[in-house]
Amino acid sequence: MYVAVKGGERAIDNAHQLLASRRRGDTAVAELGVEQIRQQLPLAVARVMSEGSLYDEELAALAIKQAAGDLMEAIFLLRAYRTTLPRFGASEPLDTTQMQLERRISATFKDLPGGQLLGPTFDYTHRLLDFTLLAEGEYPAPETTLADEPKPCPRVLDFLAGEGLMVREQDDGAPVPDITREPLAFPANRAERLQALARGDEGFLLALGYSTQRGYGRNHPFAGEIRIGDVEVWMTPAELGFAVPLGDIEITECEMVNQFVGESAEQAQFTRGYGLAFGYAERKAMGMALVDRALRAGEYGEEVQGPAQEEEFVLMHCDNVEAAGFVSHLKLPHYVDFQAELELIRKLRRQAPAEENR
Amino acid sequence: MNASTASGAREASAYNFAYLDEQTKRMIRRGLLKAVAIPGYQVPFGGREMPLPYGWGTGGMQVTAAILGRDDVLKVIDQGADDTTNAVSIRRFFARTAGVATTERTRDASVIQTRHRIPETPLVAGQIMVYQVPIPEPLRFIEPSESETRTMHALEDYGVMHVKLYEDIATFGHIATAYAYPVTVDKRYVMDPSPIPKFDNPKLDMSPALMLFGAGREKSLYAVPPFTQVVSLDFEDHPFAVQQWDECCAFCGSSESFLDELIVDDAGSKRYVCSDTDYCRQRTERLEENQQ
Repeated sequence: MYVAVKGGERAIDNAHQLLASRRRGDTAVAELGVEQIRQQLPLAVARVMSEGSLYDEELAALAIKQAAGDLMEAIFLLRAYRTTLPRFGASEPLDTTQMQLERRISATFKDLPGGQLLGPTFDYTHRLLDFTLLAEGEYPAPETTLADEPKPCPRVLDFLAGEGLMVREQDDGAPVPDITREPLAFPANRAERLQALARGDEGFLLALGYSTQRGYGRNHPFAGEIRIGDVEVWMTPAELGFAVPLGDIEITECEMVNQFVGESAEQAQFTRGYGLAFGYAERKAMGMALVDRALRAGEYGEEVQGPAQEEEFVLMHCDNVEAAGFVSHLKLPHYVDFQAELELIRKLRRQAPAEENR
Repeated sequence: MNASTASGAREASAYNFAYLDEQTKRMIRRGLLKAVAIPGYQVPFGGREMPLPYGWGTGGMQVTAAILGRDDVLKVIDQGADDTTNAVSIRRFFARTAGVATTERTRDASVIQTRHRIPETPLVAGQIMVYQVPIPEPLRFIEPSESETRTMHALEDYGVMHVKLYEDIATFGHIATAYAYPVTVDKRYVMDPSPIPKFDNPKLDMSPALMLFGAGREKSLYAVPPFTQVVSLDFEDHPFAVQQWDECCAFCGSSESFLDELIVDDAGSKRYVCSDTDYCRQRTERLEENQQ
């Protein structure tokens, strides 16, 4: 009796086999390789690495394959693996002025040192289905010329800061917390906020960023600079005492120029919101930058008018592994609590007529 | 609670005993010690991602992983039953990652991880109950902000909770909370006993067993040490009372256990059976023995 819930071990085993078969699809079609996913679905890999907070293209591609293309499930797989890894230490801060740029745009200046570099982008594609992709075939490789030695490229917001027009970010030298090791306490500091946002769900941050544009906590953003490319990661191992390079990672960085603040007209300065994501992940970095700026309302004495400005609301709900888990747990049996509610509602209804007759 | 180190005769596995690494387990045990020292107080802890989804018992699993030793005997229940899918899944997880003995008998278990029930069989000294907790903050649905509720606990400012219960009485004539019914622990902290039916609340009071609560997503631990006073909130003229059924269990005939309602045909006929499958089986076996 009541087999619907009390399936037990056999049901679980069978479910796993059915899942494997669904993932594989028609066996007459060649199996998708992890390397194919890594090479040909790089934007999916980037999202899984960012929100899974682990930079490993191969494992991210594996997770996507294992999750049958469900990116949130893939993010979860990568997180659950990451949490078992030992922590060696923290890297030196990334120096993104030394980035090997693949794309770099600024909406705030027509031209600027380092130039505008469109790079591979969907931005100006017409969203027409390309039916030639239905047939497999050669694709015309772009004509590229090998770049000269990569040159350092200054950041747009640093020009503004140099002129005193942009609030400079101060490093208070405090140790950087790790929200994957220590529980988040409120109010959080900016380092913790940025960590949470970097792991946060792209769709959630996009929607919150959008809400600030529509008036729920406006902050007048301009895309000061978006840059995408490879940057070197350096680390100082305790036993060496000097920094050594660990390798390159691809990142997307977004700096928003936002509404000014200041005690008086002479002291008015622009403010900034910051977004950073692994891989090519422009939408995520922009959403993050908008929300980062919105969460600085307290710091700049602004009135909190929208959910994007409420720290606890944003940080407690931006993690899609937490959100997906808690929503999906509604699928678990709740019949004991429901029985308790049934008993209560019947009791309330039984006595209701009596009271009405009083 | 003998903490064991990895290696030994364990099968070749990429993971440590009971999945979590020893440093993480120590961190959780430190949190648990603090929780036991301040009964009912919510201790924040660096909750880890587990290989099961948040909301499916990750808090309880981290507590179990942290306290489990090789000689422990583990029982896992969900809705009071050992054979519900999630209970099976979690029991398998520890059988696989820790290789500990598992049981369905409440008496034989040294650690019992549970979701939504406390066993009907009285617990004894030395046993540890581990509760899976979705929302550890009893004040959460009155005050959504964590910074606010922490202050309210610090000031023992629980007036709003009584106001909420009073409003229930004014609207419905009864306190309209049937599960996750708030309790006061050791005359100090108001605590969420996890979503157990209020039927189980009296079992927490002066229990000889240690009660540990783990909330994974909310990254919080709390505890009720053995022989601690746990009082369900109520009013003098509306005293706390537990659920009662007119029926008794269709299998074992118990009129004292928490009953699940089953709809058995298309006409909506109902039957009632014990939610605690172990308790029900023990009773059924005893009945059969007596008949022979």
